[in-house]
Amino acid sequence: MTQATADQAKGSVLAADGTPLKVSLRRALRAQKLRALMLIAPLLAFIVIAFLMPIADMLFRSVENQIVPDTLPTTVVALEDWDAKGDALPGEPVFAALHDDLVVAAEAKTHTRLGSRLNYEDSGMSSLLRAAGRGVRRMSPDEPYEAQFIDMDKDWGDIETWRTIKLYSGAYTDGYLLNAIDMQKTVDGPELKPASQRIYVMLFLRTMLLSLTITFFTLLLGYPIAYLLAILPLRTSNLIMILVLLPFWTSLLVRTASWKVLLQQQGVINDLLVWVGLISDANRLVMINNATGTIIAMTHILLPFMILPLYSVMKTIPPSYLRAAKSLGANDWTAFWRVYFPQSVPGVGAGAILVFILSIGYYITPELVGGTSGIFISNRIAYHISISLNWGLAAALATMLLIVVLALYWVYDRMVGIDNVKLG
Amino acid sequence: MAALPPYASTGQRLWYWGFRAICVAVLFFLIMPILVIIPLSFNAEDFFTFTKGMLALDPAAYSLKHYQDFFSNPDWQQALRNSVTIAPVATLLAVALGTLAAVGLSQPHVPFRGAIMAILISPMIVPLIISAAGMYFFYSRIGLQGTYWGVVLAHAALGIPFVIITVTATLVGFDRSLVRAAANMGAGPVRTFFKVQMPLILPGVISGALFAFITSFDEVVVVLFVGSAAQKTLPWQMFIGLREQISPTILAVATILIAISVVLLTVLELLRRRSEKLRGMSPG
Repeated sequence: MTQATADQAKGSVLAADGTPLKVSLRRALRAQKLRALMLIAPLLAFIVIAFLMPIADMLFRSVENQIVPDTLPTTVVALEDWDAKGDALPGEPVFAALHDDLVVAAEAKTHTRLGSRLNYEDSGMSSLLRAAGRGVRRMSPDEPYEAQFIDMDKDWGDIETWRTIKLYSGAYTDGYLLNAIDMQKTVDGPELKPASQRIYVMLFLRTMLLSLTITFFTLLLGYPIAYLLAILPLRTSNLIMILVLLPFWTSLLVRTASWKVLLQQQGVINDLLVWVGLISDANRLVMINNATGTIIAMTHILLPFMILPLYSVMKTIPPSYLRAAKSLGANDWTAFWRVYFPQSVPGVGAGAILVFILSIGYYITPELVGGTSGIFISNRIAYHISISLNWGLAAALATMLLIVVLALYWVYDRMVGIDNVKLG
Repeated sequence: MAALPPYASTGQRLWYWGFRAICVAVLFFLIMPILVIIPLSFNAEDFFTFTKGMLALDPAAYSLKHYQDFFSNPDWQQALRNSVTIAPVATLLAVALGTLAAVGLSQPHVPFRGAIMAILISPMIVPLIISAAGMYFFYSRIGLQGTYWGVVLAHAALGIPFVIITVTATLVGFDRSLVRAAANMGAGPVRTFFKVQMPLILPGVISGALFAFITSFDEVVVVLFVGSAAQKTLPWQMFIGLREQISPTILAVATILIAISVVLLTVLELLRRRSEKLRGMSPG
């Protein structure tokens, strides 16, 4: 109570229980914050485990290279002193260390996995290591190991083999990421790959170019529809909205299937064109399994994502502005172009970025209608995960794609705010 | 522009109708691929185009045989079973956790609100192929890859952003003095939530649930990687069918899925109207 009287003397206000009001309020605020966080915590934990940790794992795998130092622990240490830039092979101690490591590895059968890992960097490593795993057991400890290894396979006498092992001896490597942008590690630092082996930069550029084309077409087709929706009375525009929302709600696979049916050479569109007489039966158009198929199908699939943000912006432009422009002497075109269009630009920006972001990460539609010329970087990621099994490279490509998408989202967030995403 | 004034010039008239013609063409482009699949699914032949008989409206050219195949083929039936067992559980998980968190996020003082929101929305932002790759790597590490619960967890994570967005949007219109009034009359926080807050935000919760459901029900990329053959869902079976041996049964399945989306769209539209009406009623 003395404290309270002292506070009172200083002129501060007291709460009913005698504590200063400031303290009491702060305590209440803290309790409120804590309660809010408690409500959010379960979901946050769930997202971290089910989603963020997988993403982190993927980022980790794009640089992880533990298999080399784990399988060849003593060789990696022995190689540290070897000068990879010189012309000399590593000395006998390295070969001895390799022998010891491979005996252990062959016992645990891990040498084949190491072989397939190094094979991504230098083809031939897989068979070299598989043979070595069998050969080391027959080697005699009395003779020099160097001669015995080279005798077994002359590739062990090739300096490039050793350079590869040395370059990838660290527990972490930038090799996958360099690979994802068509570069390779060499003893002189990162270099561009020979022109015939460069595919990923081209694929990234193609993904961007196709996505830009798709964005352009969705804008071209979406703008008039959004405008129509904005100027019509609500009752009519709601009906037209259903025509926009129905495709939006229909399964992606249904729409892709239907484009596959429509665009085939024996499909509905070709049949119609032949029947009308625009093309002859022998020259049916090839509209599927190429970039055209991807562009048509994806423009259709992503069109609602352009129309909805455009519409939500256009709805807020007062029609009286157009009337004012006209009453001041502008003709229809000037009124539209100088008055209406500039005000719809935020919608154009939001819709275009949204469509572009969605488009560069697409997998299903390009896979089904893209053939070889219409596939995206995501198809290559899927290929490396499930067919070539080069997970590190898949992770590196995905990391690159993720960086691009996050950068675009940052722009989108600055422009419209992610919270303002409208659903339907 | 809404209506043509009587003094419009020829050019204006031409543009007025030209513009409407363009819009009709675009709307046709939007809706035609969906409509064309429906009659094709009743084709009596195994073709993907209209036969002469179909164009002549000959009843013999139409049949239900692709639907029969869907309902009798064990592959499709297993896919259907998987789809209807995975999607509802994933939705339930997403809605329960998502609603709770949305209520937390809408409190007046939430520290790091922006950062938390960004994390919760992130599954919607990251391209599916990247999520699928990450989940494949991580779930194989912890033994969830190729299991029912692995797919459910992955789908719940993908559905959560939609629940968060719809429910927080509904909560913006929620009058917080109602909570204080309930507390004033002696209701505890749990009772207040179920008796006062929940009934008012229910339209938002249901539409969030529908979004989460359709996300899981239509999802194919993640299930392709996280699932194994035992978790084959309808979209998976369709994807395989479209990539390898395209069979007309896919058209029948597509028609059924279109019917489902029409139903969902109708329910959502009704909910939206109801929610607007409720928001209009609540004071403030």
